[in-house]
Amino acid sequence: MIQAILVFNNHGKPRLVRFYQRFPEEIQQQIVRETFHLVLKRDDNICNFLEGGSLIGGSDYKLIYRHYATLYFVFCVDSSESELGILDLIQVFVETLDKCFENVCELDLIFHMDKKFPALPEGKIQGANARELQMSEVHSAQICRHIFLLDSALLTE
Amino acid sequence: MALKMVKGSIDRMFDKNLQDLVRGIRNHKEDEAKYISQCIDEIKQELKQDNIAVKANAVCKLTYLQMLGYDISWAAFNIIEVMSASKFTFKRIGYLAASQSFHEGTDVIMLTTNQIRKDLSSPSQYDTGVALTGLSCFVTPDLARDLANDIMTLMSHTKPYIRKKAVLIMYKVFLKYPESLRPAFPRLKEKLEDPDPGVQSAAVNVICELARRNPKNYLSLAPLFFKLMTSSTNNWVLIKIIKLFGALTPLEPRLGKKLIEPLTNLIHSTSAMSLLYECVNTVIAVLISLSSGMPNHSASIQVRPAQGRAPLFFSFFQLCVQKLRILIEDSDQNLKYLGLLAMSKILKTHPKSVQSHKDLILQCLDDKDESIRLRALDLLYGMVSKKNLMEIVKKLMTHVDKAEGTTYRDELLTKIIDICSQSNYQYITNFEWYISILVELTRLEGTRHGHLIAAQMLDVAIRVKAIRKFAVSQMSALLDSAHLLASSTQRNGICEVLYAAAWICGEFSEHLQEPHHTLEAMLRPKVTTLPGHIQAVYVQNVVKLYANILQQKEQAGEAEGAQAVTQLMVDRLPQFVQSADLEVQERASCILQLVKHIQKLQAKDVPVAEEVSTLFAGELNPVAPKAQKKVPVPEGLDLDAWINEPLSDSESEDERPRAVFHEEEQRRPKHRPSEADEEELARRREARKQEQANNPFYIKSSPSPQKRYQDAPGVEHIPVVQIDLSVPLKVPGLPMSDQYVKLEEERRHRQKLEKDKRRKKRKEKEKKGKRRHSSLPTESDEDIAPAQQVDIVTEEMPENALPSDEDDKDPNDPYRALDIDLDKPLADSEKLPIQKHRNAETSKSPEKDVPVVEKKSKKPKKKEKKHKEKERDKEKKKQKEKKAEDLDFWLSTTPPPAPAPAPAPSTEELSVNAVTTPKHECEDAKTEAQDEEDNAEGQDQDKKSPKHKKKKHKKEKEERTKGKKKSKKQPLGSEEAEAAGEPVQNGAAEEEPLPPESSYSLLAENSYVKMTCDIRGSLQEDSQVTVAIVLENRSSSILKGMELSVLDSLNARMARPQGSSVHDGVPVPFQLPPGVSNEAQYVFTIQSIVMAQKLKGTLSFIAKNDEGATHEKLDFRLHFSCSSYLTTTPCYSDAFAKLLESGDLSMSSVKVDGIRMSFQNLLAKICFHHHFSVVERVDSCASMYSRSIQGHHVCLLVKKGENSVSVDGKCSDSTLLSNLLEEMKATLAKC
Repeated sequence: MIQAILVFNNHGKPRLVRFYQRFPEEIQQQIVRETFHLVLKRDDNICNFLEGGSLIGGSDYKLIYRHYATLYFVFCVDSSESELGILDLIQVFVETLDKCFENVCELDLIFHMDKKFPALPEGKIQGANARELQMSEVHSAQICRHIFLLDSALLTE
Repeated sequence: MALKMVKGSIDRMFDKNLQDLVRGIRNHKEDEAKYISQCIDEIKQELKQDNIAVKANAVCKLTYLQMLGYDISWAAFNIIEVMSASKFTFKRIGYLAASQSFHEGTDVIMLTTNQIRKDLSSPSQYDTGVALTGLSCFVTPDLARDLANDIMTLMSHTKPYIRKKAVLIMYKVFLKYPESLRPAFPRLKEKLEDPDPGVQSAAVNVICELARRNPKNYLSLAPLFFKLMTSSTNNWVLIKIIKLFGALTPLEPRLGKKLIEPLTNLIHSTSAMSLLYECVNTVIAVLISLSSGMPNHSASIQVRPAQGRAPLFFSFFQLCVQKLRILIEDSDQNLKYLGLLAMSKILKTHPKSVQSHKDLILQCLDDKDESIRLRALDLLYGMVSKKNLMEIVKKLMTHVDKAEGTTYRDELLTKIIDICSQSNYQYITNFEWYISILVELTRLEGTRHGHLIAAQMLDVAIRVKAIRKFAVSQMSALLDSAHLLASSTQRNGICEVLYAAAWICGEFSEHLQEPHHTLEAMLRPKVTTLPGHIQAVYVQNVVKLYANILQQKEQAGEAEGAQAVTQLMVDRLPQFVQSADLEVQERASCILQLVKHIQKLQAKDVPVAEEVSTLFAGELNPVAPKAQKKVPVPEGLDLDAWINEPLSDSESEDERPRAVFHEEEQRRPKHRPSEADEEELARRREARKQEQANNPFYIKSSPSPQKRYQDAPGVEHIPVVQIDLSVPLKVPGLPMSDQYVKLEEERRHRQKLEKDKRRKKRKEKEKKGKRRHSSLPTESDEDIAPAQQVDIVTEEMPENALPSDEDDKDPNDPYRALDIDLDKPLADSEKLPIQKHRNAETSKSPEKDVPVVEKKSKKPKKKEKKHKEKERDKEKKKQKEKKAEDLDFWLSTTPPPAPAPAPAPSTEELSVNAVTTPKHECEDAKTEAQDEEDNAEGQDQDKKSPKHKKKKHKKEKEERTKGKKKSKKQPLGSEEAEAAGEPVQNGAAEEEPLPPESSYSLLAENSYVKMTCDIRGSLQEDSQVTVAIVLENRSSSILKGMELSVLDSLNARMARPQGSSVHDGVPVPFQLPPGVSNEAQYVFTIQSIVMAQKLKGTLSFIAKNDEGATHEKLDFRLHFSCSSYLTTTPCYSDAFAKLLESGDLSMSSVKVDGIRMSFQNLLAKICFHHHFSVVERVDSCASMYSRSIQGHHVCLLVKKGENSVSVDGKCSDSTLLSNLLEEMKATLAKC
């Protein structure tokens, strides 16, 4: 199961934070900071798995991350997930964002976190569903729900 | 109204929206906090307005702020307001905010129940969807209980989008409300075969997640998952299923056998690395479970791969290890990491196979990537031998020096200790070396593992008697050195080693060279800065030392010396008496009085040494860590009963240092606050002084120097008297471990030379020529003699200790509640709570019909209740048996990998086209019917002669297996498979009424090859069936170039690879060595499924043996019966009733006479051969349901009379129905 999805930039500013386990806000920030420091230390050409951020769970948990330009995408998962699968998932996720925003960049994520939409056109929702479907085929109990949220949160119109 | 709206929108124009907020935050980099608090004030204003759009906007901004770490729980009520907005846009914002910020402690959450229920039953799928999504994040036990039924109805929603979400959220519901698992499980299981792949994968995910925690409850689903695994093409689903199987195989080794073949096929065929990796992983798990199931597994797998299936497994194992090596050698760091990860799984059971890759793993230790180094470290554990231990540890020590991060360093430290101490110090040849390694490790600043090192020191010193002298000298040096004391102020764990050092020096003080010196070191004022539990040990052991010195002095006749020592004690002990730590205080004051008494005696010239040393006579032996737990409670002893009424909390302090040490971990946090809070302490001291001053009975002592600095709050102010040390402050023996390595090498070299000499002599005597062998460095570990004669004392265990290692489960594990037997039939009381229709508006929704139907179906049940209750016990038993038997059955009808009791053809000629059941099965059925009768008889006599019955059964079984063995040349390994299966059958299903049957029917055979096939409806594609053909090579030649050509009919067509024409054959994707069988699957597209049909086909192949190759052919006819178009689909009685009521089904019936078989078995037969599932069964009447691949519903009502069975069927297609009934008649006629 996925425990958390964190997206932050090269300076550790959170861009998207989603926990599937309840943590108080300050702990969430602490986790983001800690994860950021763990990930920052690592070169780009070493492996994408990290064991044991101390805050989320014990030895069963792993951090799986990818670094795209200015953004880090970090998934915290337990041992029921396939490591390579999650890497693929991150890729799919980023591609989805890319489709949403056409060449997604950090600014998109910043500004379109959510937007007022007078009414979502039907087509757009369908589009979101298609992506979500692709995702859920892709994924585990938690993720699809999440992606939909993301999608809706990120969708701009 | 219109005006209001206009006003609203104008208002909104001036509000900040999310973008403005984000921009604003970016523009106020310097005073971000101030800006945000300003914004929050604005938001609060906005939330006060009536306009829902303004509120939604405000909540939207809050969501963003929440992400930045601001608490927004104060707005929970406003969020609920926005959630209940009628407009989807706002609703979604509300749910998003709720999902981010609500949790179980949010009190307003209970207000949402009705709102969520309303949204769940909303006609718009998006409202429903967003509600489900949100709910998943903040579901509470109350919400779960109240909404479980609604969500369950949504699992059968028409839209896959909703179904999928509903299935997923059920997992959360189960977690919060475990009672819902059993009632909801059948439907969840049903979703595994949902036509929509998304829903299907969701169900797979949920079940996998459940099964991971409590695998044994889900074993019965294995056949279903197996089917999915062989039919699914979705890699994500495959990965999940394969992972699940990995968790299941340890519980059921037979499952592993079944899995290996398809898994290796996947390994060879898949291009997806992730899938490949998971396959390898699961194959490893399978092999491990198989080998641990076999006695002497390591021997049979690694050394003697000559019998049965062992060579096969051995080769699989090699395959896996090879694949992993490729992964590790890959330049992609991710693969390297995963390779190492999987390797460590093998390591646990088959260290030898990993050891051959030592070079590679040592190489990984130098990797620049920490994750990889950590994994390699894990593997090192299994790499060591007596020979290379020193070398490996030396390498690790250099890493310790280089390590930058503390986590990695700590990891290294624990690994070094793990490696050295594993299996009772098996690999350590020189304990002096090990002690010096431990001493070197004490240099580590800031490690958390001081207690680990200390425990090792104690353990070694106590258990290895020969090393005590050396250990004591090292420990006294440690006590002497200041660096540990100095670091203790930093509250890091390394000072823990002083605990061990003090104890060792005290306990084994007879080995001390300069006891007096050590005594002084232990009485230094700085010692009082150590944590309390260490001081306590100091105090206790000071006395031991003291006793020792006294004895020495008295024996030497130095009375003055003895008195001087006593004086030293009297002078120094008060510093401990004033300790804040209770334990230290108590011990110190006790001992101080003792010493004072001794002083008096000494003044009278009474020899005291003898008596003092009897205080510590006898040896303390190590006690095994779990010894206490393992003493069984004697019968009749109630540990919870009071012996006397409790007076006060009397804490029994265990005097044994070792026991104290084990408590230490829990104790430390207790001590910490008192230490940390120096101010508080000072205040207390002050108060105490005040009290003492006012207490006329308190004798005030003149303020001693020690006392003065005790009063000072911080340790910094303590005026430390620097002791002039004659010894260097450096810890002696630091570079010693290296010396040992060298020494050891020399020693070994010498040993080897001697040995070689001896051997040479011997060999020259015996034989010449094989001498080279001895000079090879293949010396086994056993050849290395330990440096000193080591006597490792085993830990003491109490008498009649229980050998079992109970695995203590964490009682707080939330998944434990989900450990529920799912195979038990549902009881009437187990229903999800159904909310009564409180709000009229929701009752309009279509989903609300369901509870009503359920009520209907309840009524007849009540009537039969009495009758039922009588039978229930029996039923339950039977059902359970049936389940167990189903699984056993499935496991034993292994198709290719373990073709165990596969259909055993009698010598009679079998018709080439395998119509429904081959004859032998019918025979089986007959014997089985007899069995059943016997059973019935047996049950009558049950109480009288159970033994008799058992015997009878066993006999029968034996006879049957014998018969089988005779009748047929068994395929490779099947005997073993049977042997493996036997104990389970005997144990679990003694009364098993049905013998294993196979769904694989004979297709054709000749002297070369035997074909059996099974036709299954495809789950995913309409109008497709999968034909699984098992080819078994029964000749002594290799069969290759196999091709299957089938003549398509108008109605049925074989799916061929692209570009091949109708007349081309389809190649079989494997070759068959002699005696091997394998399965190939082909997909056929069927236009109309209402009629049975046959297809002609030919298998052509080349049989090659030593004499040459021949071209051979075998004709066959594939028979697609109507039953093979049906897929087993579970159905609820309410849905079933609805279906029957709908009236668009046509009806037909058959009746068969002369049936002797029991009804239970009859139903089992129908279920098995015709893919039906039982909806409901009452006495000798049952309703059954199945669905065709094209979606025809087929309902059956089966009634059993005296000697007859009547089957009434209803189906949406009358032709299909009549054909089905014909087939069924044929099956029943054989019963």
